[in-house]
Amino acid sequence: MSAQSSSKSEQLRVPAGAIFVPASAREKAKLLDEDAIRRALVRIAHEIIEHNKGTDRLALIGIRTRGAVLAQRLAKEIETIERKPPTVGALDITLYRDDLSRIAPNPVVRATDISFDITDLRLVLVDDVLFTGRTIRAALDALIDLGRPVAIQLAVLVDRGHRDLPIRADYVGKNIPTSLKERVEVRLQETDGKDEVIIFGAEEASNA
Amino acid sequence: MPDTAVIAPEAVQTAQWTKKDLLGLRELSADEIRLLLATAESFREISLRPIKKVPALRGKTVVNLFFEPSTRTRTSFELAAKRLSADILNIAASTSSMTKGETILDTIKNLEALKVDIIVIRHAAAGVPQMIARHARASVINAGDGAHEHPTQALLDLLTIQEKKGRIEGLQVTILGDLAHSRVARSNIWGLTKLGAPVTVCGPPTLMPAQMEQLGVTVTFDVNEAIRHADVLMLLRIQHERQEVTLVPSLREYRLRYGIDRDRLKFAKPDVLIMHPGPINRGVEIDSSVADGPHSVILDQVTNGVAVRMAALYLVAGASNGGGAADE
Repeated sequence: MSAQSSSKSEQLRVPAGAIFVPASAREKAKLLDEDAIRRALVRIAHEIIEHNKGTDRLALIGIRTRGAVLAQRLAKEIETIERKPPTVGALDITLYRDDLSRIAPNPVVRATDISFDITDLRLVLVDDVLFTGRTIRAALDALIDLGRPVAIQLAVLVDRGHRDLPIRADYVGKNIPTSLKERVEVRLQETDGKDEVIIFGAEEASNA
Repeated sequence: MPDTAVIAPEAVQTAQWTKKDLLGLRELSADEIRLLLATAESFREISLRPIKKVPALRGKTVVNLFFEPSTRTRTSFELAAKRLSADILNIAASTSSMTKGETILDTIKNLEALKVDIIVIRHAAAGVPQMIARHARASVINAGDGAHEHPTQALLDLLTIQEKKGRIEGLQVTILGDLAHSRVARSNIWGLTKLGAPVTVCGPPTLMPAQMEQLGVTVTFDVNEAIRHADVLMLLRIQHERQEVTLVPSLREYRLRYGIDRDRLKFAKPDVLIMHPGPINRGVEIDSSVADGPHSVILDQVTNGVAVRMAALYLVAGASNGGGAADE
């Protein structure tokens, strides 16, 4: 799961009397801009179609929040190419997290919106950042509770490495080697007002 | 899911649930009520799946401790706990050591010694859940205390209104019936007024507490007037078992003056919602033609009850985890 928009927490973090540093100076680098994100999604859309030999019995499942947005966009790209839209659903994995008994308060639950039977479908799970793999583990458990798909593949916009679990992506927008102290944030028009992927340095990440 | 976006997401993102217990709607903020409702909306979908179970409360133990008879509330909590993978024990006072003279606090201490995480309690005396919550480490959920509060019932009523009407704010809600003995009415009045819905209460004068206006509601004794402007009409059960003296001359007279039948419904708005916390007394406060009619959402209330109780269990369980922040 990516961190939420950082603007609020950054404001809170500035101690009284601190010299104001514009947010742009603390962002280490912009890894992908709007065009790069669009090109990555177009390529992934082609790869999904090619790998699955079309879109028959194919469904995209986005992991809330930003994965669900990316799944919708991928579906549009696929529709442009194939002239018919794939089925799309949104999955909330909160109730399947492995750290629920360790965190307080419990995270906000959003609705899972998969209004079709996933049994015998080929599913492409979509998320924004692949990191430890724990979110994907939770998503796999959640999907298995909903039915028995023929196959589950994984598409992510960014793979930043550091897996805790034996999980890999089938479709990757961009591989970005990172240090554990860094933080990668995907921002999308629909949720954050603009498209970009930002990496934050160690200093910011340690306060996150 | 057509109605997942009813609550503004920004309101939910900022709200956090930090209370160990859910004791009543009086002490909740409007944002906390909205968070409970939004969480319940998300949970509603789980009960529609072929496999109606998620692992969120795996390893938690919930006790249903009921000192008053209850079927629907107890069953609803039991299903809610099971659908979240919690383990649940049912203790009815009539079969417990309470009949051997054990005090309520000793019962609670024993349950805590059994490492129970959440205690769901119903008691005939107002204030018992609050007292237990102060003494127990476990989370306490009030499933009805005397004529005081019944928070999960009010929340499921709010969720049903929101589901059917798309909003709560600005709706005219009339609560009709035995206000004096109704914890459901009190919790609903607190919840509805906090969310911006004006409430009118109506009933026989003998069943209307003095100074009801202090809760911020309009009091009327004119049934047709109370019905006329209502977007939502909540009927309360005539609780024979709570009345030590007869406060209405007869059930037949109550029916004639306050019962809702097809004829009286003609005074109401064409899209009025008819709600009832159950169990209904057919032919007393509600006629079968109304209870089974197109305006009735009584069974939707029952369905939403499970989602609301899942939300309550999930949120109080999280507040007492005492752990750190979520991983990124």
